[in-house]
Amino acid sequence: MGELLVKDKEVVVPGEIIAEGMDYLPSFGTYRKEQRIIANRLGLLSIDGKVIRTIPLAGRYVPRRNDMIIGRVIDILMSGWRININSAYSAVLMLQEATFKYIEKGANLSKFFSLDDWVVAKIIRVSSQNLVDLTMKGPGLRKLDGGRIITVNTYKVPRIIGKQGSMVSMIKEVTGCRITVGQNGFVWIQGEPEQELLAVRAIKKIGAEAHRNGLTDDIKKFLDKNKVKTKGEKQ
Amino acid sequence: MNQDFKNHINKSLNKNIRMDGRKKDEFRKITIETGVISTAEGSARVKCGETELIVGVKMGVGNPYPDIPEEGVLMTGAELYPLSNPEFEGGPPRERAIETARVIDRGIRESGTIDTKKLCIKAGEQVWMVFLDVAPVNMDGNLIDIGCLAAMAALKNAKFPEFKDGKPDYKKLSKKSLPISKVPIEVTVAKIGDNFLVDLTDDEEKFVDARLTVAILEDGNLCAMQKGGDSPLSEDDVFKMIDLAIKKSKELRKLL
Repeated sequence: MGELLVKDKEVVVPGEIIAEGMDYLPSFGTYRKEQRIIANRLGLLSIDGKVIRTIPLAGRYVPRRNDMIIGRVIDILMSGWRININSAYSAVLMLQEATFKYIEKGANLSKFFSLDDWVVAKIIRVSSQNLVDLTMKGPGLRKLDGGRIITVNTYKVPRIIGKQGSMVSMIKEVTGCRITVGQNGFVWIQGEPEQELLAVRAIKKIGAEAHRNGLTDDIKKFLDKNKVKTKGEKQ
Repeated sequence: MNQDFKNHINKSLNKNIRMDGRKKDEFRKITIETGVISTAEGSARVKCGETELIVGVKMGVGNPYPDIPEEGVLMTGAELYPLSNPEFEGGPPRERAIETARVIDRGIRESGTIDTKKLCIKAGEQVWMVFLDVAPVNMDGNLIDIGCLAAMAALKNAKFPEFKDGKPDYKKLSKKSLPISKVPIEVTVAKIGDNFLVDLTDDEEKFVDARLTVAILEDGNLCAMQKGGDSPLSEDDVFKMIDLAIKKSKELRKLL
């Protein structure tokens, strides 16, 4: 019979023994050594059934396949673009993955994406050497025009999105802003200036209080309290 | 720079709302602490929103310049540490660090804040040399204004070390302060589109068309200016910017 040595949502440090016995399964930030499960990251412990993982308190984004991310074009290559994805590694968007359009040989690539453009893309490959490949083919993947980008802690992104996107759709509904949350911690917001500001404040609040219970209700109260009406909007 | 994003910010600015919710002519909250470094003769730490910087005053004794044998020396340096902003890199100072130091220096020097003749110990042989070092701890824009404010706070805070047998004794500070007569305040006004802003954050500084730093004295006289940015400024623009700078300088002066 396995035994849990640390409670749920407690802080664990690298090397700490979390559980003994074979009943639990190690996930992100933990590993098994013989009969024990040991943490290898500093963070909050999360126990979901049999699966044990740590939720890091802070850290840089680690690219993973199928993540939808927001990135900035930092270089134009011979046949593609280099994209900053808020990680230790930059990503490459290759020509054939960039658009459905036909691109002629020798075409000026900055017509499609130029330096400092922001894009929503999906990670299709992360090699063992941490070379990251992106695609722009897919629903919701596009170039961003106008709006603003804010950076949040990448490990708080699941809280910002909420269960089935409940949190972010609540913010969208109250503020009327268009919001895209990238898994890498970049968040794109576009709306009326006052509303945008409220959305930013709400998102920052989620980031700061992500560890608390009943956060959705708190944020709902916060949004209702600070709601601003925009001229011409039907209420 | 991304034109779409800039247009978006401009739209918001036309409604007098900035990215962080401030008005166009609004400063962030400023706090000043003095005497924060025990090994310096004078020091100040100034926080303005997320921007935080420390200025230290060090006083040494050295030879005067041969062309001005009766005058002391004032030197201002700024170093933009990589820890204060991801865009700063180590190595020899670059354009931005040099500009920051020189504009702060110019405001203090041209206003005649420090009477350098009073720094003379023995004409042609020994004079006091005042070194002013600006060190950002966290850089979120508006380095020049905050740097100048911190520099003035540090200079006011500074005390001469004891001077014995031709040598300063840094272990004992005397009660004598620096000969400060005037207090220049620098205010940078930036132009984005048709809007004039003060106290820009790091994010906003990326979108600046042109900026003008004005050093202002108590009586409203201007003693130094510096223009930056790619766009030209019309005469009308310059007057509007100066008026705004004078208005804001009165607020900043109260903090010192």
